[in-house]
Amino acid sequence: MAITQLSVFLMNQPGALVDAIKAISDANINIRALSIAEANDFGILRIIVSDSDAVCKLLGDQYLFSRTEVVAAKMGDRSGALYPILVVLNEANINIEYMYAFTGSGPEEAYVVFRVNDVKTAEEVLNANGIATLSDDNLKI
Amino acid sequence: MKKYFQPEIETAPREKILEIQNEKIVRQVKHVWDNVPYYRHLMEKQGVTPDDIKSVDDIKKLPFLSKADLRDSYPYGMLGADLKDCVRIHSTSGTTGKRVVAFYTQHDLDLWSDCTARAIVAAGGSEEDVVQVCYGYGLFTGGSGLHDGAHKVGCLTLPMSSGNTERQIQFMMDLESTILCCTPSYAAYIGEALKEQGFQPEDNKLKAGIFGAEPWTEEMRQEIEKSLGIKAYDIYGLTETSGPGVAYECEEQKGMHINEDHFYAEIIDPDTGEVLPEGSVGELVFTSLDKEAFPLLRYRTRDLCVLNRTPCSCGRTHVRMAKPMGRSDDMLIIRGVNVFPSQIETVLLNEGYTPNYQIVLDRERNTDTFDVYVEVAPDQFSDLMSQIQKMEKSLESALRTMLGISPKVHLVAPKTITRSEGKAVRVIDKRKLH
Repeated sequence: MAITQLSVFLMNQPGALVDAIKAISDANINIRALSIAEANDFGILRIIVSDSDAVCKLLGDQYLFSRTEVVAAKMGDRSGALYPILVVLNEANINIEYMYAFTGSGPEEAYVVFRVNDVKTAEEVLNANGIATLSDDNLKI
Repeated sequence: MKKYFQPEIETAPREKILEIQNEKIVRQVKHVWDNVPYYRHLMEKQGVTPDDIKSVDDIKKLPFLSKADLRDSYPYGMLGADLKDCVRIHSTSGTTGKRVVAFYTQHDLDLWSDCTARAIVAAGGSEEDVVQVCYGYGLFTGGSGLHDGAHKVGCLTLPMSSGNTERQIQFMMDLESTILCCTPSYAAYIGEALKEQGFQPEDNKLKAGIFGAEPWTEEMRQEIEKSLGIKAYDIYGLTETSGPGVAYECEEQKGMHINEDHFYAEIIDPDTGEVLPEGSVGELVFTSLDKEAFPLLRYRTRDLCVLNRTPCSCGRTHVRMAKPMGRSDDMLIIRGVNVFPSQIETVLLNEGYTPNYQIVLDRERNTDTFDVYVEVAPDQFSDLMSQIQKMEKSLESALRTMLGISPKVHLVAPKTITRSEGKAVRVIDKRKLH
């Protein structure tokens, strides 16, 4: 039950990000998590939103973007919580391409998002070790 | 010190030059008619036979040759001599589909090296000199052209070829080079490298440089002259006519004397092909008067230029051509290499990109910068930065293979390349070379 990340190609220049975010903001869609990877000329905006289908429609043919399956693992918002998750992934020989995190609504609620080479195995081993993972349905707030 | 390499020709009265040209053109047209079926066919189509050509005034009756003809006739179609009599080839820097292979007999090499020897002597060269040739050696005509000329003058010749600036400087200082031959941008680069190493212009023994193969400005000349402490001379040529040395500058540094005993120059209207009156700007056309193996008649250089027949104070009587002012086609000369935008388009399509691109040229520290902006296609997009950067690198390497020089590739979002009146602007040249 992986979640959908939208990866958007943006030019690395003033105005590029604000224009993209405006479209999502106007449509009243919540951005749950966000990260940007930057190169000299361009960047890749990675977002997890409450309604990815709606955002895809908004971006339409105005933006170059793709849907990417990522794993969002639930963990406690406290020290030491990330480590056991990484151990599980490591033991399963999963390679992490990139990751970022966001907090949930509860005090003990944080999520770490992994872009991995094998989403299915990653989820299986996490769940088998009692670590919950999110699905797109969980994001709709 | 000798002022001329071949004074009897270089300072010959105009009537004498004309006499030589008239005599040679009759023979040359006959030679081409007998040995180059491709051109004979063009003449037949135009209804001209060798009998119609009695002097250089009749050259205007002959058909033109273009780069396209050379491609169509590749590799042997323009050959005017038996292969057993040919001793060398050179080839243009152009690439797949654009390459021109020029053949030379020993006679052709001899007349070519006479031309470059004249250029070296005009720049003050003699057997006392140490000539450092850092044009590329190999298929490119620059290296061997100046090399053979330097031999003929009797100079000590350093066959350095291009690149490896550290080594260039070491030889320049240790062997006390007096004449430098390379592209103007490389000369400027060497000047800066010397400065960075703490050398003053007077620390080297250079007195002159012979620079060509790419466009350069008067400002660049002054900068090079200052940084190296030399006089910088321009030289012109193209593989199709033999190589550098078709024309060269004298101490006046006001236009390049065309070696008119070997090459007949015309200025034409690039659209109509009509020969333009004296002093007009138009496309430069060359007819080789005595080459054997690659005897091109009325070859359209695509360089826009003006000829000057006023007498020169140096004593040479040969006509002078101004620095080319531009091109009548879309060819770009980048770091001395000929680049056609269509080549870039071919690579993009081969590599799965859309043909939406923009070439931006500029000069930084007297070296051309070459940037290619390319719109990313949807099926190439990845959320992984490493993937996109790999694509950028792989496109750079494909372009390098095609062009022979390395552009910096910048991937941009779709529909971001500036379009004017619906048509994309393919080239932005900020170099101000003309």
